[in-house]
Amino acid sequence: MSLGKSLPHDSAPLHVTGAARYLDDIPLPAGALHLAFGLSSCAHGRITALDLAAVRTAPGVVAVFSAEDWPDMPDCSPASQDEPLLAVETVHYSGQPVFLVVAETHLQARRAARLGKISYAELPALLTIDQALAANSRFESGPVIWAKGDAARAIAAAPHQIEGSFEVGGQEHFYLEGQIAAAIPLEDGMHVLSSTQHPSEIQHKVAHALHLNMADVRVETRRMGGGFGGKESQGNALAIACAMAAKATGRACKMRYDRDDDMIITGKRHDLRISYRAGVDASGRILGVAFTHLIRCGWAQDLSLAVADRAMLHADNCYHLPDIRIESHRLKTNTQSATAYRGFGGPQGLIGIERVMDHAAFVLGIEPLALRRQNFYREREVAVEASGGDILAKMKAETTPYFMEVEDFIGHDLTAKLEALSGYQARRQAVADWNAASPILKRGLALVPVKFGISFTLTWLNQAGALVHVYQDGSIHLNHGGTEMGQGLNQKIAQVAASVFGVGMEAVKITATDTGKVPNTSATAASSGSDMNGMAAQQACEIIRDRMAAFLAGKHGVEPASVRFADGVVRVAGEVFGFAQVAAWAYQARISLSSTGFYATPKITWDRLRGRGRPFLYFAYGAAVAEVVIDTLTGENRILRADILHDTGSSMNPALDIGQIEGAFVQGAGWLTTEELVWDAKGGLLTHAPSTYKIPACSDRPAVFNVSLYDQPNREDTVGKSKAVGEPPFNLGIAVFYALSDAIAACGDASRYPDLDAPATPERILAAVQKQRHV
Amino acid sequence: MTEVAFLLNGTPLRLEGQPPTRTLLDFLRETKALNGTKEGCNEGDCGACTVMVTDENGARALNACILFLPQLQGKAVRTVEGLAAPDGTPHPVQSAMVDHHGSQCGFCTPGFIVSMAVAHATGRTDHDTVLAGNLCRCTGYAPIIRAAQAAETSPIPAQMTQDAFILAQISSEGSGEADSLPAPQVAGAYCPDNSDDFATWYLQNPDATLIAGATDVGLWVTKGLRDLPKPVFLGQMRDLQQIERGGGQIHIGAGVTIATLRSTLQHSHPSFAELLRRYASEQVRNAATIGGNIANGSPIGDAPPALIAMGATLHLRCGDDLRTLPLEDFFLAYRKQDRKASEFVAGISIPEAAPALRCYKLSKRFDQDISAVLGAFNLTCADGQITAARVAFGGMAGTPKRASGFEAALIGQSWSLASITAALPALADDFQPLSDMRASAGYRLQAAQNLALRYFHDLNGTPVSVLEVAP
Repeated sequence: MSLGKSLPHDSAPLHVTGAARYLDDIPLPAGALHLAFGLSSCAHGRITALDLAAVRTAPGVVAVFSAEDWPDMPDCSPASQDEPLLAVETVHYSGQPVFLVVAETHLQARRAARLGKISYAELPALLTIDQALAANSRFESGPVIWAKGDAARAIAAAPHQIEGSFEVGGQEHFYLEGQIAAAIPLEDGMHVLSSTQHPSEIQHKVAHALHLNMADVRVETRRMGGGFGGKESQGNALAIACAMAAKATGRACKMRYDRDDDMIITGKRHDLRISYRAGVDASGRILGVAFTHLIRCGWAQDLSLAVADRAMLHADNCYHLPDIRIESHRLKTNTQSATAYRGFGGPQGLIGIERVMDHAAFVLGIEPLALRRQNFYREREVAVEASGGDILAKMKAETTPYFMEVEDFIGHDLTAKLEALSGYQARRQAVADWNAASPILKRGLALVPVKFGISFTLTWLNQAGALVHVYQDGSIHLNHGGTEMGQGLNQKIAQVAASVFGVGMEAVKITATDTGKVPNTSATAASSGSDMNGMAAQQACEIIRDRMAAFLAGKHGVEPASVRFADGVVRVAGEVFGFAQVAAWAYQARISLSSTGFYATPKITWDRLRGRGRPFLYFAYGAAVAEVVIDTLTGENRILRADILHDTGSSMNPALDIGQIEGAFVQGAGWLTTEELVWDAKGGLLTHAPSTYKIPACSDRPAVFNVSLYDQPNREDTVGKSKAVGEPPFNLGIAVFYALSDAIAACGDASRYPDLDAPATPERILAAVQKQRHV
Repeated sequence: MTEVAFLLNGTPLRLEGQPPTRTLLDFLRETKALNGTKEGCNEGDCGACTVMVTDENGARALNACILFLPQLQGKAVRTVEGLAAPDGTPHPVQSAMVDHHGSQCGFCTPGFIVSMAVAHATGRTDHDTVLAGNLCRCTGYAPIIRAAQAAETSPIPAQMTQDAFILAQISSEGSGEADSLPAPQVAGAYCPDNSDDFATWYLQNPDATLIAGATDVGLWVTKGLRDLPKPVFLGQMRDLQQIERGGGQIHIGAGVTIATLRSTLQHSHPSFAELLRRYASEQVRNAATIGGNIANGSPIGDAPPALIAMGATLHLRCGDDLRTLPLEDFFLAYRKQDRKASEFVAGISIPEAAPALRCYKLSKRFDQDISAVLGAFNLTCADGQITAARVAFGGMAGTPKRASGFEAALIGQSWSLASITAALPALADDFQPLSDMRASAGYRLQAAQNLALRYFHDLNGTPVSVLEVAP
């Protein structure tokens, strides 16, 4: 059985030899053209003149398009028709595409795009949270407020009150392969290649732009060179531009952003300011808490409402908070339109309640892990039924701030195991001792638990399809609606298929995601890829396997259920046949060896306006202990060690899951430490290249890095009882932030909780250290 | 238009009609359909385009995106496609990366593979340093390092040493055969092979664009989209690549790479060598030259503040005229140097040792980042008194600059934390730094002052570096 094995990524042998093909490596038909956008240099303004004469006459230029060429300007938004492909009359951020150059080569297109002269009548630009708030510039009419109990009363009545406010920065995806798409005109439609997490969205938007039916547009995605949410909606513009240019010229068109353009044009993780006020009792129990999220969404709506919702949905993390109020402001600013990024708002919600826990522990002088435990959800026993059907023990599950019962909480056990594995308690003492003897360098240690909800909050997205063919030679063509961006989704699903048919992995052919094979797919997002597509593929495989079984059973006069598929052979009535032999016989017997499969996530209901329901099928859990050291003279800092225990249910592929956890942790730590986005006073992004925007490098990973899987089956019925793994471990990086805060606290006299904003750059750490020292 | 000859994956290649600023990356991908080498950033910061380049100095990793074709004259290039044995047996690092799950999305992987293969061939096991110029967004690096460690003990496959062998063979055979290397010259661009010829030519061509390692000029092309007038490639001038010792000084030719400088000075100037370890990345250090670093005149520049603190002297040449000046005097104002038309940096001399020199680089990320502040301190003490002071900073002004007021405030004082603390206000007079995306003015000044305190603690043996803390 392949499922559960630590197989390498299916493409690993291609990756390491350079043979894995990414979109830019695919040869296009002769005469293919290349595209580049001319960008706005103004954050908000009316376009008063657009002089493209020099662009048109530049070497290699075939065509140039702007708003006046396309009165029916295509829209790129995944949500609300508010993103014209090219600016119409007004520019809304610095970096917005204003005109489109079509040229013979990529370099010629880039060169020509620099030659446009755009004149603006500048309008007031809202760049910051405070500016947007003052101008009441927002999506939706006012803040979204969800409440449970009476937070204000509970806080007021509590023995202790704490409050604070901190900033949390955004994050550039920095997928190594930049945004890219190509369109090849067909006699009756358009064939689009796109580096996208959401081929169906590309299909939908391209069809809309070209006034075609979706059936006229076919979108293919073999693999992405990284996505992280950045290719959920941000690839739309390139695919639409290619399709429009291909239609206009009749030639294949390709567009890839140069890295700087990519960073200047596309959206990033939402930054926000979190304010909190909480009431705590002497034992550390949080009696009431109120959060305000001020979220900078940028110029267009994109996926911001759902992102901000998910931040609210993770404001509880692992803690039962009977009286809570969350107020979320989705602010509209003249900056890049913030978009999906691994965690999709979840980490932004989670970091807030962790601040409350940390702050309360500091104020009360309680060990932070003990205080966290004090507030954990109850670990509900699985209902145990007696022989008469009586329920012997069923404790009532506690509910989240959105009234969902937390039925699967494992935080107590998981955290206890990690506490032991990491030697947490002894190391807390060791850190304190070390700090006492070290005047300049200080260590910090923190344990952060994670609970992350799995399912799309837009309920209808929780569906997936697959298409499986078995050929007469026994080879299996596997297709599903998910996309491969490095996470090893295809391998996991191939493991499902191989397990159903009882064949080796070599029998299963992984194929490109293709809207012509599986329709109406959801984005590969929300960590849902293997859960949903795995179930759909499993169903498709089982349908075919059952037909083969029924055929063989009929031939041998036995029950279909007695036919066994394993080890590459089929066993029936005491006889053993090769799988390929059975496939050939089934073909000759005119048995259909092709099937679709379909999955719709059960149990979920969600009313987002009221903030009530069961938006998630289940939760994925984890916890991390991070140890850091800071330099109190410069704010320089380093992660010394990380210990992680993470819940992937019964892992479909432990090696791939550990890879996701390690990578997510480092990416999460990067978000909160080295990765700083800086805009100038006019709204121009200053950190638009890897020279100025610093994702973690090799030596930034923890010097000691221990990752283990919790390895208990999912209590819900998922494929192989596994759990989703893409996003949840991203949150584990938050442990680094609170370890830094702990190190900063060691610089003071315990009178003041560290005032640390994210990302915790050396500059911010030094500032916080100085506040501790009352400098 | 250019004529250039080099080996590509073991096969001799002679190109004509290539623009002199065509990058190797574009050539590989667009002309040769060798698509394994990836474009991640097109500015030498991500390493997805890493290739192996071999010449008489051995094999090294370079970024193909900022490597112009004429720079390859007479060298051998090996891409990710050329690392497996001819029978298809993968290179040990390729197998190890599969076995240890070192690739996820795979886009950065070819660059990592090449960097790892070069390190494997040259016996390097300082993987974090070797791979600092290869960014991966998926894995968190841990499995990549596990793979690199696992491959350490595997034998070096024959194809990894084949290039040096072929190059040696060609050079011993001379230029008898039409296909042999090196080709006589590069048309459309000047490629002098000695500095005398170049000095004369430069007198006639003061508007030429000088290209050494192209780690900065490369971006003028790939990002600035500029046409470079009269490109002249300096990499063939062997006489400027020498390091000589004499008269208590080390004389370093302008064409010496940062990588060579680092390994040369590892024992004599450990703090400077450690700074150079954090200078850009392996690939950039393998291309960038000390002459280019100085002539570029960056306000940060990493090496210049340290060289100034050492008391380095700069050698400039114009035609046959040689001129020597203290390095600090070369930097006049932001991006303006004391360099006449047709004058070029020929070399630099530094003291043979600088035991009290400490170089401190502050940046958001330790490796492959540009300094927010770089402080270099070199105090001389006798009988507990500070008798001489050379302190220079990068990132604090429009040029790398000495902290003369601070130095003056220290000289004659006792070697104590109190004297250093008392002198700190002078730094605020010496420097009025700017705020930018790397740091605020306030942080820069505060950190500069704190680095002076660090210097005291450091020399007194108090641990001051987070990089030296064991987990």
